[in-house]
Amino acid sequence: MSQNGFMKALKCRECGREYPLTATHVCEFDFGPLEVAYDYDRIRRSLTRDAISRRPQTMWRYRELLPVAGEPTVGTQVGFTPLVKADRLARALGIRELYVKNDAVNYPTLSFKDRVVSVALSRSVELGFKTVACASTGNLANSVAANAAAAGLECFVFIPSDLELGKVVNSLVYGATVIGIRGHYDEVNRLCAEIAGKYNWAFVNVNMRPYYAEGSKSMGFEIQEQLGWHVPEHTVVCMASGSLLTKIHKSYQEFSKMGLSSGSKWKIHGAQATGCNPITQAQKAGLDFFKPQKPNTIAKSLAIGTPADGFYALRVMKETGGHGEDVTDDEIRDGIRLLAETEGIFAETAGGVTVGVAKKLIAQGRIPRDSSAVLCVTGNGLKTLDAVVGHVGETREIRPSLREFEALLAKEKSEAATA
Amino acid sequence: MIQISIPPTLRRFCGNQETVAVAPGTVATAIHELHQRFNGIRERLLDADGNVRGSVLVFVNQEDIRFLQNADTPLREGDEVSLVPAFAGG
Repeated sequence: MSQNGFMKALKCRECGREYPLTATHVCEFDFGPLEVAYDYDRIRRSLTRDAISRRPQTMWRYRELLPVAGEPTVGTQVGFTPLVKADRLARALGIRELYVKNDAVNYPTLSFKDRVVSVALSRSVELGFKTVACASTGNLANSVAANAAAAGLECFVFIPSDLELGKVVNSLVYGATVIGIRGHYDEVNRLCAEIAGKYNWAFVNVNMRPYYAEGSKSMGFEIQEQLGWHVPEHTVVCMASGSLLTKIHKSYQEFSKMGLSSGSKWKIHGAQATGCNPITQAQKAGLDFFKPQKPNTIAKSLAIGTPADGFYALRVMKETGGHGEDVTDDEIRDGIRLLAETEGIFAETAGGVTVGVAKKLIAQGRIPRDSSAVLCVTGNGLKTLDAVVGHVGETREIRPSLREFEALLAKEKSEAATA
Repeated sequence: MIQISIPPTLRRFCGNQETVAVAPGTVATAIHELHQRFNGIRERLLDADGNVRGSVLVFVNQEDIRFLQNADTPLREGDEVSLVPAFAGG
């Protein structure tokens, strides 16, 4: 393997200028985002279906297409989460075939962010950083805190101060310095951009973003392998910055181009909460650009009013023929319950957004009823209990008496019969 | 004066300064003054039509100028301006 592994350079997505593979994220000529360029000829010789199949079942089985120079050192157990054939949910939504890619059980912190953090911290260690940091809506903070602890790195995470308790505790427990900012995520993000300019830290989603974002591709690689090396017809992805949606598209392009997957046509649909829908609003209006918003939604993990990859997410939906749609807070809760009651999967609010949007797109005919779709569930419901408490029924409390239990059963049966 | 916080990407074009002070006016006049003093800055911040690039976020006293008056947002004595690359976070 060469000094840079299978990476060639960082390349501006706008003007194509190339930069060395350091901790930097924007082009100094036009502020365009930098992206990792790979040596696909070498990758093609090394990454075959057979080679992949013989490797451990983690996201690192696709390591040639992930931006680290040597072997990964942080988060080596991450990924290869279940792709669940969701027949009961398919019946409820009225579609022929449906799968749930369940990153609610990703390791170690129960969200898709473990993928991007594994890449970002492995690369940070390669570049010699001792301190890592992030701006987060919660899941990223959890993952950076946990993976930094396991790697022995100093860790600062910056979050909006009004996050769900579960997400705050899930960062604090790892010993990270957790800084709550009185403001929206976009304000946290701006502050972090300024801090990153002053301190020589590896900010996973600022100066390390070109590497970090590539980790999301592994979710798409796994979907294709788990579908028998096939690209799904329809994929529904929730959007905060929009990065995950663009990287799932890139994963389909890469596997397709390298002959690892069959299927050359796919549609990628974007899901947002109505209380923070800059990307879907623009998509529905047929615009190529979005208008920033001040978020107001229970889907706090998606509450980014100025989405960094909004422009590129719009482009992917347009190019693939996908659609954007959004759902209200009540529809988000309904989506969480529907997924839980049909498939036994408890997703966080973002998962409720994805299910709710899939339901709408199927009802609108944008995802045809005789087609097959994959829903990307990105985080675990145990972290956002606050959003559903009081909306998922109540415990029936009785004394430890058989008579009371049977009386309760009879009462419930009679209520169900009259309902 | 108005303090403009310069992101690392632009510092080598601004004598490696973290902040630059400009006269009151508007965001547009501030960018013009930066350009007068540091050649090449305008092209990096504005597109061919003279609008602030979509890849650059401009904040006045922590507020995104797209929620204010864009490039016409007034800058008064003591205001703080931050230039931040858009492609971060999430």
